[in-house]
Formats: sequence, C-alpha cells, structure tokens
Amino acid sequence: MTTTLHEPELARLARRRAMVPYLLLLPGMAWLFAFFLVPILRLIGVSLQSGIYPNYEFTWQWDNYARLWTQYGGQVWNSLRFAFIATVICLVLAYPLAYFIAFRGGRWKNFLLVLLLMPFLMPFLLRTLSWKIILADEGLVVGTLKSIGLLGPNATLLATSVSVIAGIAYNFLPFMALPIYVSLEKLDRSLIEAATDLYARPTEAFRKVTLPLSMPGVVAGTLLTFIPAVGDYVNVLLLGSPNEFMIGNVIQSRFLNVLDYPVAAALSFTLMAVIVLMLIPYVRATGTDDLVA
Amino acid sequence: MTKFLRKHLLTLYAIAVFLSLFVPVALVVLFGFNDVRGRFNFRWAGFTLEHWESVFFGRTFGGVPGLWDATLTSLRLAFISSAIGTVLGTLIALALGRYSFRGKGTTNVFLFLPMATPEVVMGSSILALFLVIGLSQGFLTLLISHIVFIISYVVLTVKARIQGLDRHLEEAAMDLYATEWETFRRVTLPLIMPGVFAAFLLGFALSFDDFIIANFNAGPRVQTLPLWIFAANQRGIPPEANVVGTVIFVVTLGVMLLNVIWQRRQSAKEARA
Repeated sequence: MTTTLHEPELARLARRRAMVPYLLLLPGMAWLFAFFLVPILRLIGVSLQSGIYPNYEFTWQWDNYARLWTQYGGQVWNSLRFAFIATVICLVLAYPLAYFIAFRGGRWKNFLLVLLLMPFLMPFLLRTLSWKIILADEGLVVGTLKSIGLLGPNATLLATSVSVIAGIAYNFLPFMALPIYVSLEKLDRSLIEAATDLYARPTEAFRKVTLPLSMPGVVAGTLLTFIPAVGDYVNVLLLGSPNEFMIGNVIQSRFLNVLDYPVAAALSFTLMAVIVLMLIPYVRATGTDDLVA
Repeated sequence: MTKFLRKHLLTLYAIAVFLSLFVPVALVVLFGFNDVRGRFNFRWAGFTLEHWESVFFGRTFGGVPGLWDATLTSLRLAFISSAIGTVLGTLIALALGRYSFRGKGTTNVFLFLPMATPEVVMGSSILALFLVIGLSQGFLTLLISHIVFIISYVVLTVKARIQGLDRHLEEAAMDLYATEWETFRRVTLPLIMPGVFAAFLLGFALSFDDFIIANFNAGPRVQTLPLWIFAANQRGIPPEANVVGTVIFVVTLGVMLLNVIWQRRQSAKEARA
C-alpha cells in the first residue's frame, strides 16, 4: 500500500508554502516600517505643533509651512539652484564618460568601472575638503582664471556658490554615471548598425538612436543626483558660507542647534513630499519590478 | 592635429574626467606627507614621513585626541550594522527573487523609497522618533538608523545575484529529493554568497562613511570617524587624519578588488558546472 497525501494535508502544505515569502520579508520590512515609514509620517504631526522647547503641543500650526517661503525663501532658492546646476554639470561630465566605458571600454570595461568608483573609497569629508586646496585663493585654478582675465584680481572662489556646486557635483557624479552606463550597456548595438547601414552619419545615428534609447538612464541618473543634492548640507558647511545655506542647513540647525522641532519637521516633510511627487511619474514609467533591480 | 583631436576627442575627454576625479583623492594622500606649519593643513610646506610614523609607531595614532576611538567606533558600527542589514536584506531579496506573491509591487516601491530619501530627512525623522520614545542618543540609535539605510542597498545587490542564477541547479536538487531547506543551504546559499558578501561590503562602506545620519543620531557621547573629522575641521585637521584616510582608501580598494576576483572565479566555476 502506498502512502498518499490526503487533500487537507496538501492544502495545508500549499498554504505553508504561500507563507514563506511573507516570513522572509517580515523582519526587514518591520524594521523599515518602524524606523523609516513611521518616523516620516510622524513628521506631519510634529510639523503642526507650536510652542517653545521643550513644551510643544499640537495646534494645527500651518504657519510652520508658510515659513518655507516667508522666512526661508533664500535657502529654498539656493537648494534648487545649486542642485540644478550640479545635476547639469554631472550630466555633461558623466554622459560622455559612461559612453566611453560602454562603447570603447572593450575588455577594460570592469577596470574602468572600478576606476570610476575608486575616488569614493576615500572618506567623504576628507575628499570634499580637498576642494579647499584646489580652489584656494593662491591656488592653481584661481591663479589661471585670474591670468586669463576670467576672474578679477580680488576675486575668490572659496566660500562662494562656485565651491559649493563643485563639491556637490563631485560627490554625486557616480549616481549620474552608473545608470547612464547601465542603459547604454543594455542597448541593442544592432540598432546603431542598422542606422549607419541606412546611411545615417555617426552624429545622426547617435542623435536618433543611441541618445533616445539611453534616456531611461539619463532620467534615473538625474533623479538620483538631484534628489540627494537638493537635501544636501555638508558641502555648504565645508566649502561655503552662511550666504550659501540650503534648506538642509535650515533643517539641520533647527533640529540640532535651535531645537525648533516643528519648523524643522515642516521643512523635512515638504522636502519629502516634493520628492515623492517627482518620483511618481518615474515609478509609473519604470514599473515597480525594475526599481530595485 | 585637428584631425587627431576630432578622432580622439571622446577618449581625451574621458581621460580628463577620470584624472579630475582623482585630484581630490591625490591631494588627501599628498597632504598626509605635508610638513605642516600651523593648524591648517591646506598649504604645502615640504615632505615628511613624521605623520605616518606617528600613526603606525606612535602611541594611539600619534596622540591625536579622539582619532583612535572614533576610528574604532566607526569600525564597530559599520561591522554590526552591515551584518544585521545584510541578513535582513538578503531575506527580502530571496522573497523577491524566488517567489511571486501579492504585494510585491508595493514592497518594491517601499524598498526604493529609503534610497530616494535625502539623508537629512531620514536622519531628522528618526531623531524625532527617538526623542518621543525617550531613547537617548548613542551607539544604539546610530545602529538602528544605519541598518535602515543599509537594507535597501543589500536587497539591490543580492537580488541582482539571485536573478543571475541558473534555476536548474535548484530544481535538480529538489528532483533528487532534497527538502526546500536542504536545497537552500547546500545549493542556493553557496551560489549567492559572493553577492551577499558584496552587499555586506557595500553596507559596511556606507555606514563607515556616513556623516549626515550620524550627525543627527550620535548624540554628544559617541563620535564616529566622520563626526570626528567634521569637528576637527573647525580647528584644523591634523595630517594624521589624512594618513588614516589613505590607509582606509587602500584597504577598501584591496578588499573590493579581491571580491571582484572571487566573483569572477565563482562564475567561471558555474560556467564549467
């Protein structure tokens, strides 16, 4: 007599199997839920409080949000401006670089990718502070710009928006370069061949085939650069002056120095909300499976 | 000349960008050899090995106050947070890479969000939570917050490895009457190990180099290496910090290259199998 599994047992086994993915997800997702999602949602509550440290109470204090433009308009403008310019610089530097690695890299491709990431193994603060030496008043860059007349005799670059943007662009370059590289690498080469076979000039083939097909990488890179750049405050603290303060600097000092939690929470939550709004069309276009792939 | 330029314009441009990426790194290394005068190490004043000697042979990093403790704290924090983050993230990656289930799309979006959140928002919101539940800032709060931002990167790395796997190897094991657990332990896990290790390294590096989240959650009693460098910057960073930075750079580069070699060997082995 052979042993067979009875219907109810089979159903129980199937149910147990269906549970497995959820059990695997549980610990990690619970962690993210408790220490990422809950804190961010809680910001809403904190952001509508009023009072003086340490006695805050919930009073629907919408004014905390109005301060974003009444009081911190300058810093918001700095954030958007610096992040935008740094993103454009990254794009101009990273696209040809990614193109070079993907199409001319040959068997050196992996080596070139390691080379691209290598500078970022140097501790962040130390490599950023190096820009103080590069852009120093008596340094090579300022000297050259002065001698060709692009800078006045008394001009400086340190503690200006130039040094801050340089720092941001430097630190976020790989976030731009890697997604562009991935999309160029995935691109079907025979399409470019087909274009040139049909007598398209190389520039035309690039403009009509390569560039449009690499757009997903450009969009992803732009988001991955612009989003952290707009919230950055360390480059300003190291290379700028209070004139260059960004919205991140306001959040940091409201939270850690002034202990004005409601306003800091209102600014944080607004920043997060704007970013989520920027991401929605991207997530729609990419599909949820490729987000974390 | 112009013809040469036009033909090699892209190559020259790429070389220029690569070189400029390395200028700041080279300066950090170089100024570790600077015979510095005064407090600020921004001006070249001559070559010396003094700072290297004091880091390696002097008492506790040449007696620079706090540098040794901060380095140890950062190493400990990076090791523990990345170990926990790697376990949690690998479990999630297995669920996403090996099963289909309801809520997969939502899970993917939820995992993508921490990577898209500015660190200032993440750091400040966790701090606000800790303040309310009355958990005082210190090593524990640092650990909790670092695990949060490590998990998503681990999932990304391990999932890529799982998706590149040949499913037939697992199916073969099951056909030979291995239970699901045996298949996992003896087939799947060894195969994804290089990916898991790469994820651990990535998490370690992210934690070790984090300034912003630590700025919010370390509190006054604990100092990581980035926090130490930041504080030291106000009064001038001693060249010993450049020496430590150079050592970190060389060691992480070595480990990264070893892992690349290991991954290659592993895929060569799979190709033969």
